[in-house]
Amino acid sequence: MSRLQPAKGKLLLKGARCVDPQAGLDVLADILITDGSIAAVDTAIDAPDAEILEVGGRVVVPGPVDLHVHLREPGQEYKETIESGTRAAAHGGWTGVGVMANTHPVVDDGAQVRSVLNKADATGLVRVYVYGALTRGLRGEQLAEMADMVAAGAVGFSDDGHGIQNPLMMRRALQYALVFDKVVLAHAEDEKLADGGVVNEGLVSTRLGLPGQPALAEELAVRRDIALARLTGARLHICHVSTAGAVAAIREAKAAGDVAVTAEATPHHLFLNEDALDVRYNTNLKMAPPLRSEADRVAVLEAFLDGTIDALASDHAPHAPQEKELEFELAQFGTVGLETALPLVLGELVAAERLSWSDFVQRVAVAPRRILGLEPVSLAAGSVADLTVFDPAAKTKVTKDWLVGKSKNSAFLGWGVRGLATEVIVGGQRVLKEGCVVV
Amino acid sequence: MAGIASKHLIRIEDLTVDEIYSVLENAATFKEINTRTIKKLPTLRGRTIINMFLEPSTRTRSSFELAEKRLSADSLNFSASSSATVKGESLLDTAETFDAMKIDMVIVRHRYGGSPWILAEAMDAHIINGGDGIHQHPTQTLLDLFTIQEAKGRIAGLTVGIVGDIYHSRVAGSLAPALKMMGARPICIAPPSYQPDVPEALGAEVSHSLDEALPDLDVVYLLRIQGERAQGLSVPSLREYATVYGMNQWRMDNLMKPDAIIMHPGPMNRGVEITPEVIADSRSLVLDQVNAGVAVRMAVMYQMLGGEGDVATAAR
Ligand SMILES: [Zn+2]
Repeated sequence: MSRLQPAKGKLLLKGARCVDPQAGLDVLADILITDGSIAAVDTAIDAPDAEILEVGGRVVVPGPVDLHVHLREPGQEYKETIESGTRAAAHGGWTGVGVMANTHPVVDDGAQVRSVLNKADATGLVRVYVYGALTRGLRGEQLAEMADMVAAGAVGFSDDGHGIQNPLMMRRALQYALVFDKVVLAHAEDEKLADGGVVNEGLVSTRLGLPGQPALAEELAVRRDIALARLTGARLHICHVSTAGAVAAIREAKAAGDVAVTAEATPHHLFLNEDALDVRYNTNLKMAPPLRSEADRVAVLEAFLDGTIDALASDHAPHAPQEKELEFELAQFGTVGLETALPLVLGELVAAERLSWSDFVQRVAVAPRRILGLEPVSLAAGSVADLTVFDPAAKTKVTKDWLVGKSKNSAFLGWGVRGLATEVIVGGQRVLKEGCVVV
Repeated sequence: MAGIASKHLIRIEDLTVDEIYSVLENAATFKEINTRTIKKLPTLRGRTIINMFLEPSTRTRSSFELAEKRLSADSLNFSASSSATVKGESLLDTAETFDAMKIDMVIVRHRYGGSPWILAEAMDAHIINGGDGIHQHPTQTLLDLFTIQEAKGRIAGLTVGIVGDIYHSRVAGSLAPALKMMGARPICIAPPSYQPDVPEALGAEVSHSLDEALPDLDVVYLLRIQGERAQGLSVPSLREYATVYGMNQWRMDNLMKPDAIIMHPGPMNRGVEITPEVIADSRSLVLDQVNAGVAVRMAVMYQMLGGEGDVATAAR
């Protein structure tokens, strides 16, 4: 029995500020949802038989999709499950998540894809889009059976966790993904040049006595993958861009216009730099790619604002305390991010009027679906009713208690955020009500 | 007695310049006591110190152990081979276990930079960093400063060349910033593959040529070159390293200031970074450094644990 079903009946959102650049909308209106789809967007809709949701001027947008999430199931359910991770997603305002293949076992055949989708169907609170591995076991040696995975429902392919180090392997993977017109999501890191570095190479690595990895380890991999995408004609998406060099490479490729490349940035690379690392050696600030210099951060932010970086993605990477309360070099890489990503962008960029609401919707809802080749979701009659209501004025402090996900390893613990999701509606079903996840 | 404001000594920057001078001053007194027949003082009687060496070390551990014994502290050795860490207990669990035993001080040596902070946050005890990864080794620096001051009469104004695999050296990680704090001029002398990511972060200048830098140096501080790190990736060979960066008789006679001193934290690779003739030269102070180590560590523990009375009284 599926947990998410197109809700029967009618739901009327009253007095919503509807923002949707696809429909050219930024107006106060009512939205009528019937049987899981949007039936009408208009001023003063009258539907006496509908459940009424008073939006009261809060902002309604097409449902955000997080392109980069690690849900850890199967195999590491102690960190996160599909159930707990999609609850966290709903709490954070997302209506869908793209999940990476680096689980145990790795999602590298059709049966694994089907298994994740079945589990998502049974326990998921938001939509789960599954990426298959590019190579078997993420080992970078043999292609994974993409046709089998596409038939089972995979929407893209990635060896995230690692970059594919062998350029011939990457070329073959891009070529084969082209057969199915699926996007390849690349974790761009030249591991030889990175040489085991756990933080950015620079002032902080020297000051803290930690092995650093140069920014060039990312840029070189990005430039290689762009060149291979150009050679093959495949669709390439660069994950978690963290350096000015990678931004420049993507900007050049887009300007040239001869290669299908898109990119994402994470909140931690948009809002934190390596200077956050101090003598306390906070392992929640250990992630791959690492926090970079302020100049890198500013370059990534500018690219996110001007659209060179197409999308926001959290790279939600849950870990248990025993994997983080360790010597910095031994701690696992990653920060949770599903619940803080959208509030951070709303508070730091939208409220600060550096990013318009319309561009916000582009980065979090329109671009992710375009990158994955999903059906667009719009605030227009006929669209599936995946949408989120944000209260731009709602504030909270990020604490372990506030996070509903299973793991609490947030790089943003202690931060104040402004702009919270109050309602999340997936296929007409309310999964977040007044800021609380519907059990 | 001059105390130390910081509860822990993890980075050399945990000490002020004045505190460093007071450690050196007290160390001089302890050094004198260490020449007596009866070297033991009651100063830290009843205090418990754990030597937590999670990476092999003979010199540093012996030096701390002797210092503890001479101050009459009760000490306990906890080493990697006997430790629970090999059985899968985390450093945090180990710290909490020892914290429950009411320990006054922990000396910690560890493979990874920043690890002493895990102890500092989990325990009530004072933590002294006995060397963490490629980060810092502050008591080594204090004994180096002591040796420099004793030989040259001052630290401020001296030019100190640190020669070798500086990137991987916790000794350099503490020494360079300390020299900068004390008004000396540290220069990192090594090929780029051995330089820190950002030498300026340590307050140091950079040179790629020992021969060019040597005539300016008042102190030539040589670091151990680890064989496995010199096999073709960072430098072509130990032989070539010795040719370009090794301290030998010819360089001593022709390029070094006649009154410059030569230091090395040990253990030495004879014939690589330093030749036997240089070791034997009267300007080589390697054994003075070892000798200073016990006295300096006595001074640090004494000042951090607030031993009864001043050193002069204790010494009577
Ligand atoms: Zn990744």
